Amino acid sequence: MDIDVKKVAMLSRIRLTDEEAAELGPQLSNIIGYVEQLAEVDTTGVEPIAHPHDIAMPQRADIVTNVNRRDALQAPAPKTESGLYVVPKVIE
Amino acid sequence: MSWEVVIGLEVHVQVNTKTKQFCGCSTEFGAEPNTQTCPVCLGMPGQLPVLNMEAARKSVLTGLAINADINLVSKFDRKNYFYPDLPKGYQITQFPLPIVEGGYLDIPTKDGEKRIGITRIHMEEDAGKSMHEGLDGVSHIDLNRSGVPLMEIVSEPDMANADEAIAYLKQLHQLVCFLDVSDANMEKGQFRCDANVSVRRPGEPLGTRAELKNLNSFRFIKQAIEYEVNRQIELIEDGGEVVQETRLFDSAKGESRSMRSKEEAHDYRYFPEPDLPPLRFTQEEVDAIRAGMPELPGQLRKRFETEYGLSPYDADVLTQTRDLATWYESLVAAHPADPKRCANWMANELLGRLKETGTDISASPVSPARLAGLLERIADNTISGKAAKDVLDAMMTSEDDADAIIEAKGLKQVSDTGAIDAIIHEVMAASPDQVAGYRAGKDKLLGFFVGQVMKASRGKANPGMVNQRLKELLKG
Repeated sequence: MDIDVKKVAMLSRIRLTDEEAAELGPQLSNIIGYVEQLAEVDTTGVEPIAHPHDIAMPQRADIVTNVNRRDALQAPAPKTESGLYVVPKVIE
Repeated sequence: MSWEVVIGLEVHVQVNTKTKQFCGCSTEFGAEPNTQTCPVCLGMPGQLPVLNMEAARKSVLTGLAINADINLVSKFDRKNYFYPDLPKGYQITQFPLPIVEGGYLDIPTKDGEKRIGITRIHMEEDAGKSMHEGLDGVSHIDLNRSGVPLMEIVSEPDMANADEAIAYLKQLHQLVCFLDVSDANMEKGQFRCDANVSVRRPGEPLGTRAELKNLNSFRFIKQAIEYEVNRQIELIEDGGEVVQETRLFDSAKGESRSMRSKEEAHDYRYFPEPDLPPLRFTQEEVDAIRAGMPELPGQLRKRFETEYGLSPYDADVLTQTRDLATWYESLVAAHPADPKRCANWMANELLGRLKETGTDISASPVSPARLAGLLERIADNTISGKAAKDVLDAMMTSEDDADAIIEAKGLKQVSDTGAIDAIIHEVMAASPDQVAGYRAGKDKLLGFFVGQVMKASRGKANPGMVNQRLKELLKG
């Protein structure tokens, strides 16, 4: 299976040079091809599952448990101002 | 040749839980930026979402109220896209197996009731808020809203014009308010609408649709849909073709523009959310949620008509919100003798005065008990309806009860036959020509006498009695 590696990179916001794309494209295609072998298994009569683990949904009551930890949480951010994250302009 | 318009709506409703969909952060509106966040809703690596079951129950309740099927097993998926207000790089939502499928709402249209299909309701989470205004080359991000529970309610393309779309939205808005599943404040973005609009010649397959985004008031939604319908018809009639795209409505200019760059990236690569197992409800749990269903607007309207004898119009006005309905029922409880008088005075007089000052019924300066006190005085003929309006005016700005105001303003009505007869005799003595005319058959002169008597009594004579006594005494 051929992968449009440039498109995948664009969707993931990863910058790729043409050389990297030429190198990664076949590798990704190989990986997909490997996984695709699963499609050969006959699953007739097998109930589809939504999740590999047969566990119950953990349930949370509607009670506020988190306190304001803005300073600590924003510490790794490249840039903040008045408590807001500052990012490159995104509007078109 | 005519055109048919086809409209489907996607409504995002913020669920009014105290905490977010997948973490214990507060959802309170208006907090300082980024003070209601945690590693989960900030998308930090290694964090696991844990579902807010109250949000799930409210989604089930909404599904039951639109007569839909509840999927006892539903699952969560990831919708992937890049935007700085979505720190995880994906939104947790429900794609192939949502919690609710296949319901409907009946809406009023000019041709009678129309059933609008609802395809599905799925649970998801809100994104943060981006701000661009007045900033040079940067945007600011507040993630307090990141992870707030949403229901996306997707309709069938069953609406044929902007008015039907608005009727559907108003019905849905009223419903989620009555169910108390959302505060649905449109200005706060708690009830937002995207509209899919296309046109076609009658009998032809569906045309290509455009998606209108960012519609946050009923007025803009109507404007945006009408603008889009005209744009598409003109485009096709000029030999052009509608392209499938997302358009952003600019309410200031009254027109929409294409957001093409987003279109290129329109590949969400949905896949199952590995961090959440399927969501399961038992039929017993669903039945218990159904048992807690409050009275819905339609049922309340019908009950007001049958139980209190209200006109469909009054019943509709008084059931617009749960607060209005509760206020009305408190008024009736305090003045049970005449539920219709209660409805008239509340709908026409009180709500009219509240509207002038932009006051909500919940903040009404006049309580049901005080208004009932006034209605008692109309019922026992202490004051006329006209004087009662003056008393209500006074009540809006004072805390006195009706009796105190009637006393202070000297509005007590004269219902004493002797006193009224005395005034009538005076008036008759002063207008012998009119008396003669009336007796000669000019019945219309009765109005003249009523006016004179009311004037002579400075408006305090009981008009019903004045009429009755005048007819008697004018006979001669």
